[in-house]
Amino acid sequence: MKKSVKILSAVVLLVLVSAFNVNTPISGGYQIGDIAEDFSLKNIDGKMVSMADYKDAKGFIITFTCNTCPFAVMYEDRIQALNEKYAPKGYPVIAIMPNNTDVKPGDAMPEMKKRAKEKGFTFPYLMDEEQKVYPKFGATKTPHMYVLEKTKKGNVVQYIGAIDDNHKDASAVKVKYVENAVDALLNGEEVTQKETKAIGCSIKV
Amino acid sequence: MKLKLLFIAILLIVSCAKKNKTAEVSAVTQQEIIENETISDDFQLEVYDYAGLEPFLNKKDDKIYVVNFWATWCAPCVKELPYFEKLNSEYKNQNVEVVLVSLDFPHLYDKKLKPFIKENNLVSKVIALDDADMNTWIPKVDESWSGSIPATVIYKNSERRFYEQSFNYEELETEVKQFIK
Repeated sequence: MKKSVKILSAVVLLVLVSAFNVNTPISGGYQIGDIAEDFSLKNIDGKMVSMADYKDAKGFIITFTCNTCPFAVMYEDRIQALNEKYAPKGYPVIAIMPNNTDVKPGDAMPEMKKRAKEKGFTFPYLMDEEQKVYPKFGATKTPHMYVLEKTKKGNVVQYIGAIDDNHKDASAVKVKYVENAVDALLNGEEVTQKETKAIGCSIKV
Repeated sequence: MKLKLLFIAILLIVSCAKKNKTAEVSAVTQQEIIENETISDDFQLEVYDYAGLEPFLNKKDDKIYVVNFWATWCAPCVKELPYFEKLNSEYKNQNVEVVLVSLDFPHLYDKKLKPFIKENNLVSKVIALDDADMNTWIPKVDESWSGSIPATVIYKNSERRFYEQSFNYEELETEVKQFIK
């Protein structure tokens, strides 16, 4: 009994989430085959970025990521590698930071700038300031990846999920989900594994 | 309860014996061990892959199990832990048991997870899940789980509910009460 009181006092509850928020399951968002709506979000350099800006792109690797989630941090180098490999082939990475920065000050714009500089990000790192973009995608966590294919109809969602099958150790990865999806699209083939699951940090609302 | 005390006593004896053997134990550490009666520095963390975890999700002994997936790096998880601890103590005699499944990174078990368990005097059973092939095991826990934590399974025999959300104590109580009939 004493113990629970101790823990209770140790953990200071700063944020009161309304009962409504807690009870509403995160659902909806794009399914495979849906057309993803374009967005206009502020990059770390202050400029607004949209998918429409990429005239020559064949598609996009969209990642919802942040500074403060250890899972996201573990994947930073692999996201960077994805951009280096696939941007020249027409599939650039666009990273979007979806968290409420009042809840996670470590994800605020100055911190995003700092992190991008430290890691030498070669892709835009955008902030979903109004938190209106990630719900459209149906992103629930960081990191959360989407591969989109640019078609005449629009940007079609072709893959949703994890980057690969081993977050702990990049050298122990057996299946590179995102690479396989993009390679298939580049070869005009159907993506075989369209959705995967992975643990991640819930997006902070 | 008696079993638990016995277990703690054994742990303490083992840890003291170990320390004495190496003759490195100072008066200060000895005192610390005595003061901190619950868990010694060397307590063993139970670590499983998914196959090892599965039995914890499928017991059929009429008990109500509240299995919470969490990690020390997950702020909303840490925030709700006291509610699970409270539930565990207040509903113990109503056949409710809380199991806290940590998704902490294995290289941080000693540095982060064990000190956290110790500092917060967690009484509920804590086990660690170390299984990188998440795409295989996440849907086995629940088909609807996207993978974000906190997430919780409450079950009794084959009756089961899954929650990909945070809880406050009242909400947790409400859910558990539905299993107590």
